[in-house]
Amino acid sequence: MIEIKNIKKTFGTKTVIEDVSTIMHAGKVNLIIGASGSGKTVMMKCIVGLVKPDLGQIKYEDADFLNMEEKEKKELRTQIGMLFQGSALFDSLTVENNVMFPLDMFTTKTLAEKRQRVNEVLDRVNLKDANKKYPAELSGGMKKRVALARAIVLNPKYLFCDEPNSGLDPQTSLVIDKLIMEITAEFKMTTIINTHDMNTVMESGDHIVFLHQGRKQWEGSKDDIIFSKDTYLNNFIFASEFLQDAKNKRMQDAKHA
Amino acid sequence: MLGGMFTKPENARVYWKEFIHQCYEIGIGSAGIVVIISLFLGAVTTVQTAYQLISPLVQKYVIAQIIRDSTFLELSPTVVCIVLAGVIGSKIASELGNMRVSEQIDALEIMGINTKTYLILPKIVASIIVVPCLITISMFLSIWGGYLAGTLTGILSEQQFTQGLLTDFITFNLVFGLIKSFTFAFIISSVSAYFGYNVKGGALEIGRSSTTSVVVSCILILCADYGLAALLL
Repeated sequence: MIEIKNIKKTFGTKTVIEDVSTIMHAGKVNLIIGASGSGKTVMMKCIVGLVKPDLGQIKYEDADFLNMEEKEKKELRTQIGMLFQGSALFDSLTVENNVMFPLDMFTTKTLAEKRQRVNEVLDRVNLKDANKKYPAELSGGMKKRVALARAIVLNPKYLFCDEPNSGLDPQTSLVIDKLIMEITAEFKMTTIINTHDMNTVMESGDHIVFLHQGRKQWEGSKDDIIFSKDTYLNNFIFASEFLQDAKNKRMQDAKHA
Repeated sequence: MLGGMFTKPENARVYWKEFIHQCYEIGIGSAGIVVIISLFLGAVTTVQTAYQLISPLVQKYVIAQIIRDSTFLELSPTVVCIVLAGVIGSKIASELGNMRVSEQIDALEIMGINTKTYLILPKIVASIIVVPCLITISMFLSIWGGYLAGTLTGILSEQQFTQGLLTDFITFNLVFGLIKSFTFAFIISSVSAYFGYNVKGGALEIGRSSTTSVVVSCILILCADYGLAALLL
């Protein structure tokens, strides 16, 4: 569980995050959603410690992340895996070495043990026969899978995904979403996804935080979204006629049920 | 930035591997250009010195003395390091800049790795070790280039060249050249690492940071060159 209390972040005169509080639940897929520029990425960067908030508190279980000693922070970070928007794979390393990198750095396993673990996680993300390839030789979806494999190779407690579907076709997006959901359930991770992909929201959002202009506008689950009367949320989620129709159909189905 | 580099490595073996990789990249990656430049520097110095020494009172072996001292004091350490600022400096700046822009540095930080220690320190240490080796090779090749140009064109004989090399040999000149190369190696690697590591933006900014790092390195090399000469000679 990650508890976020009243965080605020300002860049120059522009306030990007204003007084946001929420709890990211363990073993669930927690989503941060919002329009472009609403502060999602900055909020995620604050939670993982890439950006220091001006005010507020971030607690991993009971540990105060912002006031931790550097040594404790390092230890905690070995329990964090992150899937970046652009995958952030190391260009000069093969797929195998990319996934093996955290094992090289933080474990004392033998090469054979490390190879075995790499193959396990690559299998888990349905990526086979790509061990010797370089990131430049992979498709967007494959890169995301390798990045996901690298993020989970140390069995982290917390998984952060920044726009996991960006640049992917709808079918590959579904595969990545499904993988993240399965991995979250399988390893009982606290997963936090930053997205504006509506499919992800409606399929995997166990807990959703909607940001509007840097403030928390709405909070709930994928089931609550359909019945929400929040105008900003409705305008954002059901922006097109097609999505509006889908919402109406779901509401009718829910009433009949 | 330099202060943040000195922390305990998460895994010394991985850091050692990275250091060796950087030594190889910097050393082998720049060896070709160093060989070519050094040979021609020596050869051109021989021809131009002979052209200017028209007095019959000056012995021919003085040409070799001039080549030796200019190579040790200026040509190899300064000129070659200015070229290395372009080769190594732009490589370091663009590599780190690309890592910053594509979030690879963020990915390392999320893992709990001190990116300054892991990415910058091996580059600086490798430069400080490898660049003086390259400069030593360059000194040898420059003198050899001068010898080839001098003897093959008949400017001076083999005996005259050897006599010139050995006459009034001051060991400190060689030491001074190496002190310069250590200093310039630090300037090249730290300046380019600074500009690369702190890139903000996209591909355009990577190019800009690479160019800026080379320009700033060259200016600092020339300032340090003057400073060291004024202090030590």
